[in-house]
Amino acid sequence: MQAKKHTLTVEKGELLLETTLLAGKIMIENGADMARVDDTLKRIAQNSEITTPEIFETTTGIMMSIPGHNAQVKAIARRQIDLERIAMVNEISRAYQAKQVDLTQMHEYLKNLDKSAPDFKLIWLILGAGTVGATLEIMYGGSWSDLLPTFLISALGYYVFYAINTRFKVKFASEFLAALVIGLCALFAVKFRLGQDYGMIIIGSVMPLVPGVPLTNAVRDLLAGHILSGSARVVEALLTAVALGMGIACVLRFWKLGGL
Amino acid sequence: MTIRESLVHIIFSYLATIGFAVTLNIPRKALNVCGLIGVLGWMTYKVFYLWHSGMVLASLVAALVIGIFSFIAAKVKQMPMVLFNVPSLVPLVPGGQAYRAVYYFAFKDDEMALRYLVEAAMIAGALALGFFLAELLTQFYYKFSQSHKV
Repeated sequence: MQAKKHTLTVEKGELLLETTLLAGKIMIENGADMARVDDTLKRIAQNSEITTPEIFETTTGIMMSIPGHNAQVKAIARRQIDLERIAMVNEISRAYQAKQVDLTQMHEYLKNLDKSAPDFKLIWLILGAGTVGATLEIMYGGSWSDLLPTFLISALGYYVFYAINTRFKVKFASEFLAALVIGLCALFAVKFRLGQDYGMIIIGSVMPLVPGVPLTNAVRDLLAGHILSGSARVVEALLTAVALGMGIACVLRFWKLGGL
Repeated sequence: MTIRESLVHIIFSYLATIGFAVTLNIPRKALNVCGLIGVLGWMTYKVFYLWHSGMVLASLVAALVIGIFSFIAAKVKQMPMVLFNVPSLVPLVPGGQAYRAVYYFAFKDDEMALRYLVEAAMIAGALALGFFLAELLTQFYYKFSQSHKV
């Protein structure tokens, strides 16, 4: 049986490949799970009348081919967490499915989305991190007098994490240094009688830095059969946890050593 | 738990979930639902924990509840599920156990350290299993709804 003829011109096929890969890149870069990326990319291709797209995605790159065209590769160098962008890619892909936008418009939209600086308002991030730390400190059974120190220390810890993460390219250094700062501040706060229990302050303050997204995605990836991405994410989550633990352990050890 | 304590837990788990959601830059229209799912998850955990089910089983059930409600929220709001289940999970992360493990490792009490490490690993595994079960249920839902369409 002769293969069904595809109707795309070369230019349109190239544009489709580029758009699809860009959508995938934005999603993976910002912390989407692979099953969703796979689903979204297949949908975009199928809505462009390609019934058999072949897509292979990992956390560090995507490959895609459609019949009659050269396959394309997109490398993914950085990873951050910005779930709003995933929602935006999701929306534009739905709009494309409903034929509210065409392929060229979607490509423009995605290009702008990719280039735009993330609209992180730092003050909100810091306030959010402080809230996480302070509320969890109480929920885990800490005392009310530690509420304010935990709020301040977790906000400071998150700021350190954010500042190092945006300036240097070393992964896991930001978590380690943030944990160091949190541990030191908690111990000093207790020493100067600003707080009661440094253990609870540290537990609360570290919580905004836990690798929630890699852990959750790891489970979903492994279950969906994306073994490669799933195990990569397990390792990422473990390394983050180890970096945090090392930071805290260093502080506790040297504090004892210094006899403070 | 007294009524006052329950109120504190409800309000604080809502705030904690929203706080974490803000650090992940979640769209504003998803924030409120996120917080509500976080409250549901944490209160499920608390209720099961107070029933002496143990931390591991309580975490499993809480993760299952979060997974199911995140799926429903994702369906209703037409948004990716990852927006809802990641922030809601944060109060259940075994941070206390992990801290104690690190604490005892730092002070060379390896026996206690391993005890807490195993506990943290078991809770993390239970959370994963809870999500796994929720995923299975959603797959069943898809199969069921498709076979009825045809």
